[in-house]
Amino acid sequence: MRWLLLKDLQILRRSPLLVGLLIVYPIVISLLVGLALDRPPEKPKVAFANLVPQGESEFSIGGRKLDVADYAPRLFEAIDPVRVRTREEAIEKVRDGEVLGAIVLPEDAAERLRRTLALGGGGPPRIEVFYNASDPLKRQLVESTIRSRLAEANDALSDAVLREAAGYIDVIVTGGEVALPLIGTVDILGLRRSQAIIEAAVRTLPADAPERVALTQVARFARLAADNLDVSKPILATIGSPVEVRQTNISGATTSLSGFFVAVAVTVSLMFVALLLAAGLLALEREQHAFGRLVRGLVSRTSLLSEKVVLAALCALAVCLLMLCGLAAFTGLDWGRAPAWLAALAAGGLGFAAMGTAIGALAREVQAASLLAFALSLPVAFLALVPSGAVDASLFRVIEGISALFPFKPALDALDAAIGGGTLAGPLAHLLALTLAFSVLARLALRRFA
Amino acid sequence: MADAALRADGVSKRYGDRAALRDVTFAAGRGELVAVIGPNGAGKTTLLQIVAGALAPTAGTVLLRPEQVGWVPQQPALYSKLSVAENLRLFARLEKVADVEAAVERMLEQTGLKARAGDEVGRLSGGNQQRVNIAIGLLRSPAALLLDEPSAALDPRQRERLWSFIGGLAGEGTAVVYSTHDVGEAERYADRVLVLADGELLFTGTPAELEHVVGDAADFESAFVRFLHERGH
Repeated sequence: MRWLLLKDLQILRRSPLLVGLLIVYPIVISLLVGLALDRPPEKPKVAFANLVPQGESEFSIGGRKLDVADYAPRLFEAIDPVRVRTREEAIEKVRDGEVLGAIVLPEDAAERLRRTLALGGGGPPRIEVFYNASDPLKRQLVESTIRSRLAEANDALSDAVLREAAGYIDVIVTGGEVALPLIGTVDILGLRRSQAIIEAAVRTLPADAPERVALTQVARFARLAADNLDVSKPILATIGSPVEVRQTNISGATTSLSGFFVAVAVTVSLMFVALLLAAGLLALEREQHAFGRLVRGLVSRTSLLSEKVVLAALCALAVCLLMLCGLAAFTGLDWGRAPAWLAALAAGGLGFAAMGTAIGALAREVQAASLLAFALSLPVAFLALVPSGAVDASLFRVIEGISALFPFKPALDALDAAIGGGTLAGPLAHLLALTLAFSVLARLALRRFA
Repeated sequence: MADAALRADGVSKRYGDRAALRDVTFAAGRGELVAVIGPNGAGKTTLLQIVAGALAPTAGTVLLRPEQVGWVPQQPALYSKLSVAENLRLFARLEKVADVEAAVERMLEQTGLKARAGDEVGRLSGGNQQRVNIAIGLLRSPAALLLDEPSAALDPRQRERLWSFIGGLAGEGTAVVYSTHDVGEAERYADRVLVLADGELLFTGTPAELEHVVGDAADFESAFVRFLHERGH
């Protein structure tokens, strides 16, 4: 087996195009993934027309002054704003495709907000949003970005209003000064202080005074009102965020999104290198007519298969380890988990290589084997990446069943666990079982290989 | 044949219902050149593969073990990306030849390819590739050499050199059994011919004996064709 290994390495060394492709491919993949993860996606260009006249964008809640324009920066965190002066100009830019969308803040926005907050009637301020629907994907991105940022701005505004409302309640309960529009600062007695004054007055009255009963009732009302208004503060707080979200991960590794992208990129490379190499090297033995000569007592069929599986797995391991190290530099993976990476890469490489020898033994020609490897691996990879919930439950079970028959899913699970800190044992056992199964299939196919 | 270097007894091969070989028995003596001839699908390659140990027979036995037989398949069984010397060295190691480098040197000398030892096999002519193919079959200095249509892809000059080389091997005592489509090559170089048709051995003897059996044929090729025709092939 040693001489066959050396022979195959010599052949690989003299096939610079193939080896170059095997080395360059994962490096390019790792660089692309790394760069994509290292740089956030570009912000979509959106036209922004603020038609509120200068100096009129302020409004006040209680004594606190707020500015509508203060909420724009929140939006600009997610978009690249192109400032325009008029609504027509904004629409024109969208129509020309210069921007993906436009936001128009109408001139009565601050006024309407002021009236709404002062319970003065009229509708709430209405922000206009325009989209260019020529690219549905981009439109969806812009639409969801703007909607989520406007929702955040609404939340912030609502928080400010609620804070002011809570301040009023405090004043009503405990007393204090309130600044009101047009009227100015007003001193409020407050329920607690009213209760104290009334109770003090009651104590000065003779025991049989007829006013005593009525004043005691007023004092009790003041106490009850103060107590219940105190409770209303936390109730008001829940209006801003009525639903509290508590997240618990009950299945799968806790890998970050970038970690998962790395696992996918490395698994795809592992698959291509091991699969194509094993399938090609085995088919090459037949194409060069050497198979018949080898198996007439020089090498057993099982040894020949083992050699191809080991060589392809080792090459895939080396290339993908290099790739993983490259990606680790971009994404800050935990180097302490390197032994787990090795175990996952080795088991994944063996699984894919065994599958490759089965393909090579069945296809019997290098070109046919390469084509079959591509044709089979891509749908298997896509199926393994279908998330649960994306399709009907019964269809998902079928997809899961199919994915379990090929090494991509367990290899991805193993790498995901190796990178993110999950349990490796299950995926590794699955991969070793698949290695055995595909080796048996390849060995059976070798019966009609010559 | 008492001093046979190679012997096959009652060899049969079946693929499902189809019989590729039926109870074939033959022998080749030391230094003897035996040609296996017959129409397409007669079972010539199957017979040689079984004797070489590359294919298991359904029934029958072969006297020599595979490692005592040199096997030269019809297509050069070589790695085109390796050099002549690297191919020889690899197979010498796999054949567990005692002195690998000496065997490689000997084969390079014998095939006259010493000057091309470092050349990739894929860049050699068909004739030179066939010489390397034969050299690999001879690495262990086998008692018998089996060649499956060795001259099929060669031009006349290369053929002449090849037969001169094979004649030299037989002269040194190697039993040589070869299959061929070229009946003239069988007549010219073989001491004895085996005529196979539909997996059945129809004749064993010298080319002259085959002509004698048929009678008044113009030449050996005519005699061979008439022989097959008379036996329903």
